[in-house]
Amino acid sequence: MSATVAPRRRTHGGGLFLPIGASLLLMFLLLAVFGAAIAPYDPTAQDLLGILDPPSMQHWLGTDEIGRDILSRVIVGTRITLAIAVISVFLAGVTGVCLGLLAGHFGGALDRAISLVTDLMMTIPSLVLAIAVVSAIGANTTGLVTAITISFVPSLARLVRSRVLELRELDYIEAARAIGMRHARILLRHVLPNAVSVIVIELSLMAGQAVLVGTALGFLGLGVQPPAPEWGAMLGSSRQYLETAPYVAMAPGIAVSLLVLAFNLFGDGLRDRLDPNQ
Amino acid sequence: MIRLLLWRLALIPVTVLAVVTVLFVIFKTIPGDEATMIAGATATQAEIDVVRHQLGLDRPLLVQYVEHIEGLLHGDLGYSPTFRANPLPRILERVPATLLLTASAIALTVIVGIPAGILAASFQHHWPDFTVSAGVVALLAVPNFWLGMMLIALFSVQLEWLPSIGLSGPASLVMPTIALAARLIALVGRMVRGVVIEEQRKDYVRTAYAKGLARPRVLYRHVLRNALIPIVTVIGLQAGYLLGGSVVVERLFAWPGIGDLLLTAVGLRDYTLVQGITVLFVIGFLLMNLLVEMLYRLINPRLR
Repeated sequence: MSATVAPRRRTHGGGLFLPIGASLLLMFLLLAVFGAAIAPYDPTAQDLLGILDPPSMQHWLGTDEIGRDILSRVIVGTRITLAIAVISVFLAGVTGVCLGLLAGHFGGALDRAISLVTDLMMTIPSLVLAIAVVSAIGANTTGLVTAITISFVPSLARLVRSRVLELRELDYIEAARAIGMRHARILLRHVLPNAVSVIVIELSLMAGQAVLVGTALGFLGLGVQPPAPEWGAMLGSSRQYLETAPYVAMAPGIAVSLLVLAFNLFGDGLRDRLDPNQ
Repeated sequence: MIRLLLWRLALIPVTVLAVVTVLFVIFKTIPGDEATMIAGATATQAEIDVVRHQLGLDRPLLVQYVEHIEGLLHGDLGYSPTFRANPLPRILERVPATLLLTASAIALTVIVGIPAGILAASFQHHWPDFTVSAGVVALLAVPNFWLGMMLIALFSVQLEWLPSIGLSGPASLVMPTIALAARLIALVGRMVRGVVIEEQRKDYVRTAYAKGLARPRVLYRHVLRNALIPIVTVIGLQAGYLLGGSVVVERLFAWPGIGDLLLTAVGLRDYTLVQGITVLFVIGFLLMNLLVEMLYRLINPRLR
C-alpha cells in the first residue's frame, strides 16, 4: 500500500454541493417510496405489439424488448437500487465501525488480528472480490448485498481505526481512562461522537460506490435477476439492442449516474462543511 | 531500496497463500456437491462417484488442501470442467489483453488528466476551470459500462468509426480504454488542479518567476515535479478499481482478457477457474502496488 494518503482537494461549488445533493437524494427517496403509485404503467406488464418503441406520448421514454414501459421501470427500479446501496452501506458501516473501534482502542493482538484480515481483504480488487462472493453465494439480492458489504468493510475499518488512534492520544480520552471509565462507555460516549463526521462523509461516498458496484453486477447478470426492474440489469439487456434502439439504454444509465452524483455531491458537500482539515 | 523491494517481493507469496486458503475454505463450504456439478445433470450416482474419486473429492479436506497447494506450486490450479484440464495455460494466454487494456487506460489518464488539471488551475475560476471541474463531477458519477455503451452507440452505430467488440488492431482499443480510464482521468484531473493551485502560491515558484523563468518552464520543471507524488498516489490507490473495472469493460466490449474469462467461469460455476483468476488478479494487484511504491520512492527522494 502507498505510504501516505494524498489529501483530497476542494473543488468549487462546495457551497452548492450539499443542497443539490440533498435535494436529489430526497427526490430519489420519494421515488423509492411512492414509485409504484407514480409510475404510469405496471413495470412488468408486457406489450408484444409495441416492442422497442421510441419515446412517444404514450411511453415517454419508449418501451423495452418485450414492450414494457421504460419510464415505469426506471421509476419503480429506484427502490431496488437505493435499498441495496443503503442496506449494504449500513451493514458495512456497522461492521467496519465496530472492527475499527475495537482495533484502534484496544490495540495489541486484537488490533493485529483485525488489521491482518482487513489488509488481506484489501489485496483483492473490490469488484473481483464482489464477483467471487456472488459466485459463491449466488446471483441474488442476498449475494449482492453480502458482496458489496464485504468489499466495503476493510477500508472503513481502517479509516475508523486510524481516527481512533488519533483521538486516543488526546487528553480527554486519557482522562476518561484515568478516572476508571469502562471501555464501552469511553468508546460510545467519547470516541465515536468525535469520529462520526468522518464516518458519515465516508458512508455517503461509499453509497455512491455501492450504487456503481450494484448496478455493474446487475449489468453482468450477477445481481438482481429479471424481471425485476433493476437499472443495471435493464442496461445489461439493452446492450444487444444498441444498434436498433439506443434509447432503451438511455434512461436507466442517466438514473444510475444521477443517483451516484447525488451521493457524491452530498458526501463532498458534507466534507467541505464538516471536515476541519480543509 | 533494493532490500525493501526484495522484502516486499518475498511477502507476496505469503499474501497469496493466505488468499488461496481463504478462497479454498469459501468454495469448499458453499452448498452444492462439486462432483455432481462436474459430472453434469444427467449423470448417474455411479458416474458421480467415479468423478468424485478421480478428482480426489472423497478425501479429507485437509489432504485436498495440501494437494491443492502442492498443485499450485507446480502451476496446477486443479481440474476445470470448462476446459476439462488445468486451466492455467488458457488463463495465461488471456493476460496480455488485460495488461494492454489497463496499461493504455493508465497512459490515457496521464495524457488527459494532467493537462486537464493544469488547464483548470491556470484559469482558476474561469470557464476552462468550470468545464474541467464539471467534467470531473460528471465522470465520477457515470458508470463505466454505461459510458462504454454510449460510446458504442455513438462511434460504432451512428458514425461507424470504431469496432464495438473484440481486440482487432489499435482502433478497437479506443473505446474500452476511454470507458476504463474515465474515472481515473477525473480523479487525476481533480488532484492535479488542487496541487498546482496550492504549489503556485509557494515561495519557490515566486522565486522561479522572479529570476525570469517563463511560465511553462516553471510549471513543468518545478510545479509538476512536486505534483507527481500525489498523481502516482491517486493512480496507485485506484489500481484495484482498474483491475475490477477491467472485468466489466471487458465483458461489455467482448475483450479477450482474464476479466471476461472470470465472468464466463462464474456463469458456468467453474470454481477452479474462478479461484485461479481471482488469485491472478490478487498477484497483479500486489505487483501494481509494489510498482507504485517503488515509483513513489524514485520521485520522492525524501523517502529513499
